[in-house]
Amino acid sequence: MNDAAVAEKPVSNKTIVVEDPNMNPIRVAAKNTNVFYGQKQALFDVSIDIPERSVTAFIGPSGCGKSTFLRCINRMNDTIDGCRVTGDISLDGRDIYDPSLDVVELRARVGMVFQKPNPFPKSIYDNIAYGPKIHGLARNKAELDEIVEMSLQKAGLWNEVKDRLNDSGTGLSGGQQQRLCIARAIAVSPEVILMDEPCSALDPIATAKVEELIDELKENYCIIIVTHSMQQAARVSQRTAFFHIGILVEVGPTEHIFTNPKDERTHDYITGRFG
Amino acid sequence: MAGYAFLVIIVLSLVGYYVGRSAGRGFVATGGREVHSLPGYHGAFVAVWVCLPAFVLVLLWLFLQGTIIDQVLISSLPQGYVDLADSSRVSLVLSEIKNVAAGRLFGDPSPEVESAAALYNRWETIARWAMLVAVLGLTILTLVVARTRLAPRFRARNNFERVVSGLMIFCSLVAIVTTIGIIASLLFEAWEFFKRVPVSEFLFGIRWEPQIALRADQVAGKGAFGAIPVFTGTLLIATIAMIVATPIGIYTAIYLVEYADDRVRKIVKPIMELLAGIPTVVYGFFAVLTVAPAVRETGSVLGIAVSPNSALAAGAVMGIMIIPFISSLSDDALNAVPRTMRDGSLALGATRAETMIKVMLPAAIPGIMGGVLLAMSRAIGETMIVVMAAGLIATLTFNPVDSVTTVTVQIVTLLIGDTEFDSPKTLAAFALGLVLFVVTLCLNIVALRIVQKYREQYE
Amino acid sequence: MSTADMSLPAKFDWSSQAAVARRRSRHAADHRLRWIGIVAIMIAVGLLGILLATLVSTGYRAFVQTMATVPVYINPEYVDENDPSKGNYRAIVKDTLTSLFPDVTNPRDQRDLGKLLTNNTQFMIRNKVVADPSIIGTTVEMTLPVSDPFDQLEKGVLSRELPEDQRKINDKEIGWFDALAAEGRISTPFNWGLFFNSDSRFPELAGLAGAIVGSFYALLVCFLISFPVGIAAAVYLEEFAPKNRWTDLVEVNINNLAAVPSIVFGLLGLAVFLNFFGMPRSAPLVGGMVLSLMTLPTIIIVTRASLKAVPPSIREGGLGMGASRHQVITHHVLPLALPGILTGTIIGLAQALGETAPLLLIGMNAFITSPPGGLLDASTALPTQIFIWADSPERGFVDRTSAAILVLLGFLIIMNGIAIFLRQRLERTW
Repeated sequence: MNDAAVAEKPVSNKTIVVEDPNMNPIRVAAKNTNVFYGQKQALFDVSIDIPERSVTAFIGPSGCGKSTFLRCINRMNDTIDGCRVTGDISLDGRDIYDPSLDVVELRARVGMVFQKPNPFPKSIYDNIAYGPKIHGLARNKAELDEIVEMSLQKAGLWNEVKDRLNDSGTGLSGGQQQRLCIARAIAVSPEVILMDEPCSALDPIATAKVEELIDELKENYCIIIVTHSMQQAARVSQRTAFFHIGILVEVGPTEHIFTNPKDERTHDYITGRFG
Repeated sequence: MAGYAFLVIIVLSLVGYYVGRSAGRGFVATGGREVHSLPGYHGAFVAVWVCLPAFVLVLLWLFLQGTIIDQVLISSLPQGYVDLADSSRVSLVLSEIKNVAAGRLFGDPSPEVESAAALYNRWETIARWAMLVAVLGLTILTLVVARTRLAPRFRARNNFERVVSGLMIFCSLVAIVTTIGIIASLLFEAWEFFKRVPVSEFLFGIRWEPQIALRADQVAGKGAFGAIPVFTGTLLIATIAMIVATPIGIYTAIYLVEYADDRVRKIVKPIMELLAGIPTVVYGFFAVLTVAPAVRETGSVLGIAVSPNSALAAGAVMGIMIIPFISSLSDDALNAVPRTMRDGSLALGATRAETMIKVMLPAAIPGIMGGVLLAMSRAIGETMIVVMAAGLIATLTFNPVDSVTTVTVQIVTLLIGDTEFDSPKTLAAFALGLVLFVVTLCLNIVALRIVQKYREQYE
Repeated sequence: MSTADMSLPAKFDWSSQAAVARRRSRHAADHRLRWIGIVAIMIAVGLLGILLATLVSTGYRAFVQTMATVPVYINPEYVDENDPSKGNYRAIVKDTLTSLFPDVTNPRDQRDLGKLLTNNTQFMIRNKVVADPSIIGTTVEMTLPVSDPFDQLEKGVLSRELPEDQRKINDKEIGWFDALAAEGRISTPFNWGLFFNSDSRFPELAGLAGAIVGSFYALLVCFLISFPVGIAAAVYLEEFAPKNRWTDLVEVNINNLAAVPSIVFGLLGLAVFLNFFGMPRSAPLVGGMVLSLMTLPTIIIVTRASLKAVPPSIREGGLGMGASRHQVITHHVLPLALPGILTGTIIGLAQALGETAPLLLIGMNAFITSPPGGLLDASTALPTQIFIWADSPERGFVDRTSAAILVLLGFLIIMNGIAIFLRQRLERTW
């Protein structure tokens, strides 16, 4: 641990893990993950197992490191100057920093949806087709069309846009744009979908639609969602992890965290004492 | 004498300031809170009203004095001495008179000229003293009048601030006046030109030989003013410059935005600014001294005959000059693309190159296009590099190893040296200048329009 | 909303041969783009390096001047002490050299001997005698510049290896020069003349004094006009002007003026200042006025940016205390914006220093042999002097052009350095 690190050293480093015997097999596993921005340490020794085909929610007050940890999983922190990640993170048992695993492949297999919808200034079709084209997932135009249609269907957007695939992606409403971004991530056949506060820029109706979509997607994908809203976490997720100032405090089945938190900090957050 | 006049103005303004301020102080002593403005503003009020009218008077006097005295001199000459309709004759006689008056004698002047010279000296002296007296009188008058306006309730500060605002508005209009001045002078002289050479010949003619006989006994060509070869020469050199500068500029920007770390950026950006700050006459010398011979050497090695002032050499050096332009504008355009767009592409598993080429460049194209157009406008209007490195003969060719001439070169060569202001030769320079101004203006407007629309896209 | 069938598609095989190869070629393309970027930067930097190397390698020679120290006998037969300026100094020069080479008797050779020293030697001797007539009848040791071909010989530019008929000076002349060198009469001190002499037909005598003074006057006029007018205009446009069509028009005008080619300003100066107003040609005043029109948009834009950077809270605080707008601007806002304004002005002036084309058109490229006495005297400027010298055929002028460019660049570096220093020292972050 860095001496020059932030003065607030965590009170206790042990994460409280509530096991769930019915949990699906592990898709993503992290062990002793630390993240440094220059001299400042943002994550302290985070270890967590994420099961497949379910929704895991990361909750916690602002700046607690949940988005930072999310970005570790698809190595997006590598694109930030001066950011350093230590520890082991593995996808399907394979270390994501293993030289034999191309980061380009990793990022296709671990998709990401951002807080603010970020469709490319291209047509809806081209937005979806972007990923498959660069990875060579389609052998011809027909296959590409199929992938585009299927992704839009899975994102629940197909009926709304099927007649205007050539319109610009930025011309859609906020909620539609976010579902477009989800479709875009789906188009490259991911196994994991990371969502960084996907509904915080959307109105309640669009939020409801996206949450409905997440519920369907969990049948086939491992979804990790960072959210500010405890209600959303309660609605949508099967497992919840509570982060606090860079530490993973407690993780367990969602009802458990919300009805019977073991750690005092979790309890305080849930009851609204801070955050 | 103008110096003394300005001195008088300054001194009396200061006097006025002190007079006003002490008056203001007096008001405060007697009236107390009733006084509207601080004593300083009373002083400033007086000072400004002393200074400004007198300043305007001096400027007007200086500008008009020359013309008026010239008129007096011409009318003093006996009837028929000089043909009044021939303005070039008139100006020659006038300068002869002034030279004689200053004691610079070249040969024996005629008695008419000598008496006119004596007259000129007399009038000059009278005018100088008259100006000084007028200025003195005006400043004293305005001082007294301003002082009488002062009173305790007088809103000196408001008045002063109104004058200052007026001055500021006047200064703001200088830009408009300059533009009007440019357009007016170009139009006026070009109009004179088009009275002698038809517009169609100028715009569509393909022979540019502006050597005309200045005097009846000179042997020279008749003078052709078809500007097409000059235009094509300009375009040829500008195109070569853009071909050199655009790839280097854009790829530099790509590297700096996507691949370079802070250290590299800290070194490369100042170097680019250095390239941009080098005066163009230096680039011109570089072209003549090093680049043109090098191009010629290469040409002879390859078996191609390269002209000593080839378009290639001039265009290449012009390209070097433009590189920082395109590089910094492209850099700005690429940096303006929102970071989330880049992150979105990377998160899908694209490489940095794919993100750059398929997402960021297309998004930044309007900004880059604007930069390219502005650079093109710069290339077309560039003077020193081509004056030193390009040719003087207008040849209609698109071959880069030939020598061509450009609009700016022609403007310079037509106006340097012995110039009679009315001959079609010198007026042709203004016609070319008008074309240059219009073309660069259009390019600039289009470029700025594109960049603005593009900025709105991301607001 | 969704379809019933949500099954995943056939899994894409990320580790197939084809997939691996594809990823490899994509990464290769990434590396290629990176390398192209590096090459582009290297080209740009390299070209700058070549430019500077060329300038330095040709210019450094002009910073020294080959001089010859010769005994000059002021023969009273040639000079009358009552009217020393009318003496036969050409004969004195001839005698000086023949006294050094007594066995040169052929008159043609003696004339050639005279070409060893600079052409103006006779005038230099005359000036010395006129200043101090008491030296008539004595022998004075004078250190005089040699003429250009010998200067180039001493600096190694004129190659001795070349066959005689391809050289400007023949073997005999070289022999004389070497004889003088053997006697220790040849020296190469620092060429102060480069800075203190004015222009001359002869490279060994040519200097930048006139050009530097001319540029200084022109920049002074430029500053005196554009600084107050520019700031006044910018303050009005930024702080007082209502946002309507007229102010938009003014803004568009300013932005356009900033992009107009410099030669158009030269045409404006020629047509309006020289022709319409009849101002003297080649005068630094006219040059300064034209430059100020070009610098004005820059200063306005920079001042507006500096004013915009001052937070509104400053203005609100002042107004809230009952100060008038003018007072708030003069007492609070302008002083805070001043560092940015100064920096931008210095940079604008540096750009004006390097402008050549407009000055050419108003005539500041004439051959002037003395520095201007005032704003209205004919003069050259540094960049136009460079242009004139670049055109001259003598080899000595090539070196001097490079040296003059280095002097100009030196001034620009100093000015930009001051601007950067000011910006760092006085910069405030809000």
